[in-house]
Amino acid sequence: MGGELRHIGKATPRKDARIIVTGRAQYIDDVKLPEMLYGKVLRSPYPHAHIRNIDTSRAEAYPGVMAVLTYQNVPSWKGGIPYHRPVLDSTVRFVGDAVALVAAETVKIAEEALELITVEYEQLPAVYDAAEATSPEAPQLHEKIPGNIFPRGYRPIGDKALQEIVMGDVDKGFKEADFVVEGTCAYENIPNPLPPEPPGVIATWEDPEHLTIYTASQSAAMNRNFHQPLLGLIDLRVIGTQCGGSYGTKNANMIPMVHATALARATGKPVKIYFTKEEHFNAYSLRLGSRIHAKMGIKKDGTVTALAGEWFVDTGAASEMAQVQVAVGCGEAQLLLRCPNWNLQPYLVCTNRNPSGVVRGFGGQELKSALIPLLAIAMEKADLDPLEFFKKNYVKAGDGYYWRDGIWWDYRGIDFTKAMDKGAEVFGWHDKWKGWGKPTAVNGSKRIGVGVGVHGNADIGEDESEAYVKLSPDGRAVLHACVSEAGMGERSAVCKMVAEVLNLPLDRVEITAPDTQVNPFEFGLVGSRGTYTVGSATIAAAEDARRKLLELAAPVLGVKPEELETKDGLIYIKGKEQAAIPWRRAMGIARTVTGQGRFETDYSLCNCMMIFAEVEVDTETGKAELQRVVAATDCGQIIDPLVLEGQLHGSLGSAGIDTALFERSVLDRSTGHIMNCNMIDYKWRTYIDLPQFQNVILETPIPSHRFKAIGVGEVAPAPGPSAVLMAISNAIGKQIMDYPATPDKILKALGKI
Amino acid sequence: MKKRDGNEGDMMEGDSQRTTVTRGIAQKQNISLTVNGKPYELMVGKDITADHTLAYTLRETLGYIGTKIACDHGSCGACTVLVDGEAVLSCMTLTVECDGKNITTIEGLESAKTGELHPLQQSFIDNTAFQCGFCTPGTIMSAKALLDKNPSPTEEDIKKELAGHYCRCGSQYLVIKAIRAVAEKGR
Ligand code: FES
Ligand code: FES
Repeated sequence: MGGELRHIGKATPRKDARIIVTGRAQYIDDVKLPEMLYGKVLRSPYPHAHIRNIDTSRAEAYPGVMAVLTYQNVPSWKGGIPYHRPVLDSTVRFVGDAVALVAAETVKIAEEALELITVEYEQLPAVYDAAEATSPEAPQLHEKIPGNIFPRGYRPIGDKALQEIVMGDVDKGFKEADFVVEGTCAYENIPNPLPPEPPGVIATWEDPEHLTIYTASQSAAMNRNFHQPLLGLIDLRVIGTQCGGSYGTKNANMIPMVHATALARATGKPVKIYFTKEEHFNAYSLRLGSRIHAKMGIKKDGTVTALAGEWFVDTGAASEMAQVQVAVGCGEAQLLLRCPNWNLQPYLVCTNRNPSGVVRGFGGQELKSALIPLLAIAMEKADLDPLEFFKKNYVKAGDGYYWRDGIWWDYRGIDFTKAMDKGAEVFGWHDKWKGWGKPTAVNGSKRIGVGVGVHGNADIGEDESEAYVKLSPDGRAVLHACVSEAGMGERSAVCKMVAEVLNLPLDRVEITAPDTQVNPFEFGLVGSRGTYTVGSATIAAAEDARRKLLELAAPVLGVKPEELETKDGLIYIKGKEQAAIPWRRAMGIARTVTGQGRFETDYSLCNCMMIFAEVEVDTETGKAELQRVVAATDCGQIIDPLVLEGQLHGSLGSAGIDTALFERSVLDRSTGHIMNCNMIDYKWRTYIDLPQFQNVILETPIPSHRFKAIGVGEVAPAPGPSAVLMAISNAIGKQIMDYPATPDKILKALGKI
Repeated sequence: MKKRDGNEGDMMEGDSQRTTVTRGIAQKQNISLTVNGKPYELMVGKDITADHTLAYTLRETLGYIGTKIACDHGSCGACTVLVDGEAVLSCMTLTVECDGKNITTIEGLESAKTGELHPLQQSFIDNTAFQCGFCTPGTIMSAKALLDKNPSPTEEDIKKELAGHYCRCGSQYLVIKAIRAVAEKGR
């Protein structure tokens, strides 16, 4: 198909490329509104405490301070699932939790005013471990969450929302197995995805019924969908600024948004809240903690006969939408394993640390990182090559799964085995794989090991999108779709689709700003859904507009619309390009032609990403270094090769692959403080330490939309951690079951300390 | 909590406290610096205070918003600008230290007359060497400092120069490619 396409599949400059490289792109801190005030948050030094007394009088009297809010005078809005997070509360539940809010004329005055607030706390016992939190003696965090386990009854994503995986008969399955193994694996680094731009938002009330939010979000649309109900269904307009990285975290942006909104209401002025990097570490969206204890039955040929176990999911002090992450994780487990007998019981637990939030990998990375090392025990027992195991077990046409909505979906997509094989070939898997616990090479104290992981998501077709395409007589098109730009290039991708359908040069197609007031409904640019969902709505809108345009042209040219073609803003009878007329001859100059498109949820397709990793472990120092990565996928049809390359390289970022090596938030369990809340102590990979990285991208047409494409961006990091852990385990001949595999853990596994 | 009746009274009442904030800058003096060829006179105590970083002055006082602040603590490279041709972390540089200095920000790279982009900027576009773009201005400034000194750096030279730049999106490989493409032309 590639050859027939004019724009899709070709590397084209991003629509916003010029403003980005010249520094003109407006991120949230670049936006200033007239009379705007600055909001700052007083944060709790304790992991769990009651506020006995709070005195804000000195802060209120401080010149330049326009409002001080505490739990006593904030609006009664509540967020989270279930609604359990008030704007401010008389109890604080993590170090960094909000105690009071100040709005002032400058950031500096607001910060100084925070120091003038005196708070008397009554400290309460705190709990940091998911399993401990569920014991009867554990301190209780929320009234609405008895026993610190989120009730399952709450169903934000439909009546039957997936809360567990139960099917078949696990006892029967275990009997059919050649081997039954059991184990526990913990992925509890609670790393920070840490986009470079700190979270930020500006709130401004036009009047008591009309609120406008400027947000550095991955999705202005989701911001509105998420917040409008909790603000009492006022008219909420959300405008997205350029977003300096999100990786899921800035989708909802709930807490800063609610705080800025409350301060804006108290002062009658626009209020900006922009986190410092320290606050970003302390009080914004960590990954979920994940620990699985499971028993698995496997046959010699790699058939998994049963899987039963418990999945402890630690969301910290609150749930933004962790229930949905659990549901999606449960769905994704079934894409990985064609297993007829399941009983996997998730427990979503709260603990006294900075809450988890929406993060790229969305439950799936957390689940896979813990589950694949457990499956590795079974594979080792059956002496199976993990590549062959994954190829055999990954979902294929004719299989199905219960998805997020609790409904069984029959899979109708492609077989990803081809991409896995191609990845293995490029990586040299068959030469490097020496068997379980066997290094690929030994060189003195250094050992090379290899590993592989796989992940996929059926979110590529989740939820609804709508688009309008507006044609003007001058031969230009404007796409109305509420698409924010946080780095995925989606705004440019959908413009390419419009240009392709209408056969226009790319510079004749523009997209409206990510503004919920001027655009039709959009769920939000989340997961890998953009290409298929927003893409389908866009294509339908462009096709609808094209049809209407040709209907107008038909009488002018004296033929039927089907006999017409359009290109570069001209219309002609097929084969008679020289007698073309411009759009304006068909439309007149006083008309717009508008096409509409809509996409409805479809979970019958999924994507797939396989990551091969090669590490070198120094058995003297315990240090593991990532030397080579191959990412293999099949995306149906590439929209833009460079954008896609970048997204796959993104598996190194957003708390991805390096969570197997060094990335973590170091939580001091005696004080509840995260000890590495700065970019020096929080370790990240520098340019010098980049591994060799190759992408293998196949284009087997996928029955999605006209261009046969699906998105794969979100899944890039998720298979990385388990692949690296497997590589380390093979290098040293000992299975490590706890992330990250820091030198101390490696030396311990080797019996050296 | 005491209920507030208004802000004006508060402001007057606290005026005496405010002076303590700026007491450290009793001696007023002017700082002159040039940004992208344009000269500025900044009055200490008025336009700037002793604790203003260059990043703050560029963004908040002079409006050069292309310079980004991510960590504000010298550990991510986002705020990199050129001071007399050297790549410098503007969040770790005080404005009062910049008297007489020549500063170049990302806004100063394209030709003011023709709008023509610097070859690095063009190469970043051609190679889509960014995703979110927040690290991009700082990275381009470091790359410029490198190429000005060494027009044909090796891949290792580039990695070393960019070692302090945080890119969380995973654009490093395409950034290196973009810089190499310019270096190739420089050969
Ligand atoms: S903002 Fe200056 S180094 Fe991070
Ligand atoms: S492009 Fe987003 S951090 Fe570098």
